[in-house]
Amino acid sequence: MRLNSLLTDKKASILEKWFDVIIETYPPDTASFLKNRNNSFANPTGSTISQGIEDIFDELLRGLNREKTSQFLDDIVRIRAVQDFTPSQALSFIFPLKRIIREELAAEIAGKHLSDEILALESEIDGLALSSFDIYMKCREKIYDIKANEVKRSTFRLLQMANLINDTNGEEPDLEGSNNLKIKRGEVKK
Amino acid sequence: MATKFTAKPDELSKIDYKPPKKGWLDTPAEFKEHTFCWGAKAKNLNIVEFPNARDWSPAEEDWKLPENWQEIVLEGIKDRLGKYRSFKLFMDICVRCGACADKCHFFIGGGDPKNMPVLRAELLRSIYRKYFTASGKMLGKIAGARELTLDVLKEIWYYYYQCTECRRCSVFCPYGIDQAEITMVGRELMNLLGLNTDWISAPVANCYMKGNHLGLEPHTIINSMEFFLDDIETITGIKIKPTFNRKGAEILFVTPSGDLFADPGTYTAMGYLMLFHELGLDYTWSTYASEGGNFGLFTSNEMAKRLNAKIYAEAKRLGVKWIIGGECGHMWRVVNQYMDTWNGPADFLEEPVSPITGTIFENAKSTKMVHIAEFTADLIKNGKLKLDPGRNNHLKVTWHDSCNTARGMGILDEPRYVLRNVCNHFHEMPEDTIREKTFCCGSGTGLNASENMDLRMRGGFPRANAVKYVRNNYGVNMLANICAIDRATLKASMEYWVPDVSVCGLHELVGNALVMTGEKERTQDLRLEPLPEKEAKE
Repeated sequence: MRLNSLLTDKKASILEKWFDVIIETYPPDTASFLKNRNNSFANPTGSTISQGIEDIFDELLRGLNREKTSQFLDDIVRIRAVQDFTPSQALSFIFPLKRIIREELAAEIAGKHLSDEILALESEIDGLALSSFDIYMKCREKIYDIKANEVKRSTFRLLQMANLINDTNGEEPDLEGSNNLKIKRGEVKK
Repeated sequence: MATKFTAKPDELSKIDYKPPKKGWLDTPAEFKEHTFCWGAKAKNLNIVEFPNARDWSPAEEDWKLPENWQEIVLEGIKDRLGKYRSFKLFMDICVRCGACADKCHFFIGGGDPKNMPVLRAELLRSIYRKYFTASGKMLGKIAGARELTLDVLKEIWYYYYQCTECRRCSVFCPYGIDQAEITMVGRELMNLLGLNTDWISAPVANCYMKGNHLGLEPHTIINSMEFFLDDIETITGIKIKPTFNRKGAEILFVTPSGDLFADPGTYTAMGYLMLFHELGLDYTWSTYASEGGNFGLFTSNEMAKRLNAKIYAEAKRLGVKWIIGGECGHMWRVVNQYMDTWNGPADFLEEPVSPITGTIFENAKSTKMVHIAEFTADLIKNGKLKLDPGRNNHLKVTWHDSCNTARGMGILDEPRYVLRNVCNHFHEMPEDTIREKTFCCGSGTGLNASENMDLRMRGGFPRANAVKYVRNNYGVNMLANICAIDRATLKASMEYWVPDVSVCGLHELVGNALVMTGEKERTQDLRLEPLPEKEAKE
């Protein structure tokens, strides 16, 4: 675990570089705003990315806890999934970590025969990228769910009034009578 | 024209992380899918006699513009510079200090620099300089001026339908420049070319013809209300019989039609019905003035005036004394800021006096329209309501200040006062995200369509981020507000960003807490869900 202690020592500078690389995927005027992380409510994107990558990095050092890591990745991916990025651009934030670590630890890697440990770490990072892909897809699917739900909500009452929905599950809608519409509004929410 | 997310395999391996460093003047707008609304349909524009009506699509290269479109826009600007001193001032006085730059929810959540309010305004200012100032005419680009080309027109359209006129930026502007009014003028110019959106122009046409955005006819409205009345009877054992279009009633009640049709607004409507019944209020609903909202405001000043006038025409027809307005957002911007100039003073009505408490609503002296949060807060202050806040104990509530009521008319403390009396668990979001600095829901001014969902999620992120904070720290599970668009769109925003937080109107909580004369012991809330302590007893 020699690599871990080296990474711990270099944590601050690795995170700083990683953060900068991610922020530079935004237009320059936006990047200068996102870099200011003083107020997480004024700059939720910058703050979330900053906190997220630190959490992810700590997990890498501890040995990945899939559930926790997934939540940290979700915080970042959820934002980038609705911003002006293609899917590959949205998830491009993971990979530079490998390059940054190699650059930061160049001398140590060359001198201390760390290639096995580096390989293991980089495989973990690749795993993060794959998890991010799952999360990205869930986010996009959620967007389509939300769209569908909005349509359902806006048409439900119209269907109800046209007497096309009733509460007799599995039975034909009652198109004759108009006064037996005792249903609960929550029933078609999901 | 619209970009699809399809990269070829060889492109995937060549990711350039850095965006091109070009000036904003030289970067034409790229129409991305899921960020813009569909174009207005000719039939809806024709109904209200808007010019250049035709079916068109923003995603197509050809917008089917009239040949003299440039002339129309420039004439339109000239006309408005003459008519509105505020517009002239806002075109001239910005010193580009940048105080507004990072205050827009679309910029904060999306990261597109053209959503910085200063830059959004510059899109139009650059045209103003080119054609209406000496320096712009002579110096051109050096003076920040540019030609009105087709690309520029499309750019203005794209970004002026990415502003919710929420006015958060104006709170921070040292000159008080109101970007909302610049956006309004920008949209008016687009409207001259028939370039409105379907999501706005259809409700306008419906409201003009039928009295509400959804196009509900009288029997449909009454039929819809029957469902609420049945549910209220199930919950309380009390059968309420409201009146419609009743001449001679003391008060006309007007609320957004969304409250009659879309959950969770419908629960708020149940709250109104229960409150007015308990008070024995002499009031009537109208199936003609059946819309508090005014999507006309998102097309042109004249259209907004025409729709607003319908409410007052109905008040006159019915012979009521004054009006109570329900939980709506931009309806109140209209009433508080514009109504009096357009259609006021409403001299045929009386200065509103609460028949229950005798309070005179002096702030509504001219418009004769009282906000229901003020009306209810006054009732509680005077001890006229019996309330059991424990019935809302299953809810940990936070308060979203709706832009229009908060920044547009200063309704900040009344709803909080009501909240504190009707529920026991209320937690404020962080200071910079509430009251005058409240973050927009991200979907106002007719941007609450479905096709622009990515844009809505970006715009909703700063608000959702603050909700997430109170969810994590205090276990908040309910986001209350007094705006129909908020109720509809924050639901979607929460679903994406903070899935375990629901959305409600203020009077849903009032309805839950209100102890009504002759009611049976309640076991359900207005959503017909079991009250927590009742569940525990069983």
